[in-house]
Amino acid sequence: MAVSVDEAVSAGPVRDQTRPTRRLGGRGRSVLEIALLTVLAVVMLFPVLWMIETSIKENRDVYAVPAEFFGFTVTMEHFKDVFVAPGGGRSALSVAFLNSAVVAGVSTVLATVLGVPAAWAYSRFAVKARKDQLFFILSTRFMPPVVVVIPIFLMYRQVGLIDSKLGLILIYTAYNLPFTIWMMKGFVDEVPAEYEDAAMLDGYTRLQAFRRHTLPLLVPGIAATAVFALIFSWNEFVFAIFLTSSDSVRTAPPAIAGLIGGTTTDWGLVAAASVVFALPVLVFAYLVRKHLIAGVTLGAVRR
Amino acid sequence: MAFISPALLLLLAMSVFPLLWALYLSFTDYSATRGGPAHFIGFGNYTAILASAQVHQRALTTLIYVVGAVTLQTVLGFAIAYLISRRTHGRGLLTTLFLVPMMLSPVVVGLFWRFMLDAQFGVINSMLGSLGLGQVEWLTRQRTALISLIVVDTWQWTPFIMLIALAGLTAVPKYLYEAASIDRASEWFRFRTITLPLVWPLLLIAVLFRAIEAFRLFDLVYILTNGGPGVSTETLSFHVYKVAFLGFNTGTASAYGILMVLVVIVLTQIYLRYLNKLKEG
Repeated sequence: MAVSVDEAVSAGPVRDQTRPTRRLGGRGRSVLEIALLTVLAVVMLFPVLWMIETSIKENRDVYAVPAEFFGFTVTMEHFKDVFVAPGGGRSALSVAFLNSAVVAGVSTVLATVLGVPAAWAYSRFAVKARKDQLFFILSTRFMPPVVVVIPIFLMYRQVGLIDSKLGLILIYTAYNLPFTIWMMKGFVDEVPAEYEDAAMLDGYTRLQAFRRHTLPLLVPGIAATAVFALIFSWNEFVFAIFLTSSDSVRTAPPAIAGLIGGTTTDWGLVAAASVVFALPVLVFAYLVRKHLIAGVTLGAVRR
Repeated sequence: MAFISPALLLLLAMSVFPLLWALYLSFTDYSATRGGPAHFIGFGNYTAILASAQVHQRALTTLIYVVGAVTLQTVLGFAIAYLISRRTHGRGLLTTLFLVPMMLSPVVVGLFWRFMLDAQFGVINSMLGSLGLGQVEWLTRQRTALISLIVVDTWQWTPFIMLIALAGLTAVPKYLYEAASIDRASEWFRFRTITLPLVWPLLLIAVLFRAIEAFRLFDLVYILTNGGPGVSTETLSFHVYKVAFLGFNTGTASAYGILMVLVVIVLTQIYLRYLNKLKEG
């Protein structure tokens, strides 16, 4: 019973033709429902559209009162400012984007390398108190980050991991591990254990059997899981702001948040930076839309 | 087990050990800036926090925020899912469009709504103005600030409820509706006796999940209102941060944090119990 966005599309158009004749007033109601959905969709999407619009407006249009919806001059200045420093050279923001990519990428690889074997073992072997272990693993992910960051801060200060990419990578790996294990366990469960059993009868070891028969079938699942882990690390803010401070280490979320707070805020720049920051997330999320429910519930709900 | 232990070791080092350390600190008067040795003060921090009127106020704010936001999200999310599930065309496109807010970072969401809700040049007030309505100080008045926080969180997380409700709705077997329409059951009757009972267990999981997340929320408050005006939007998470990183009362903050962790553990247990029931049922 796998419900996905794709599946939601595939319902045939047959019902649509029969409904109006079957029930009187069906068409009127249908029109009303479509109107309501349209209004809701506009409300939900307006902030995103407004952000994109602001990012390509000149400053005087950004602060125009009343707000200008159409007919403003389009400029790419703000996007240039995101990547190029005022005096030339690379901007602090572009360094932050690069840091984000490194931290999110490496922590995702680590979480995958640690999480996939664990998920496989939880799925295949009679692990003692398996359910308790799995629940324990998931509950570590529910801890309030503001609380966890206090002892982590002290711990990192002791061992010199404060304001280092390695420190962020470690905490993000731990943060993504529960998710990776839960999500991957679901994927491993879907691959019949008989494949491995049969291979073992042919003389392969358990590990070889896993590598030759199960792993190839898991690749799409691993990719989807990694993409979610990537998104979570990319978007993460609380650990980043408390554990890093220098421009050379700071990731994008605290760097973008740092654009406000002075006496004046360059909202055009904030908008452009937000667009650049959000775009890869939306593209990646679209790629894994089939697994979105499992992804956003940390692998707990999959139907 | 060679496959599991590396993962468990990392979790022990990065999640369990820090919490145990926080537990130890919570019984001391340690301060991260003052340095010096930590003195054992027993349950002093805990009694101080539980008796503090400030903490009670933050707890109330958090409660209003969690209940308000999660209720709104559930009602709206379910309504949108219901409307989408009744469509035959364009479902995929609609669903994809509705999901956008959920994928954005709270930083982006917070910043952007802060800009849109600005009292002088914000687009929301501008639209109100062109409708002939008065201007609202969204983020700078005590009551409206908390409402704004709830609205923004609702905007971001309604898609989450919608997505899960939609999964439940599309999984309801069609023959049940067909049987009901043969019996000439009214629409409301069908909704109440077929749709709701079948979707409810899954919806409850989504609601509990959101409640835990909302209880932990920090980043949106930090960006959108920074706890203000005054302390009107200070949630428990935000207050812990102030005690720990602005007041540097590490011991007190640790006790505060441990109490929050206890609440989260209770909520998580309820969540996991329902999840377990759903999986077995």
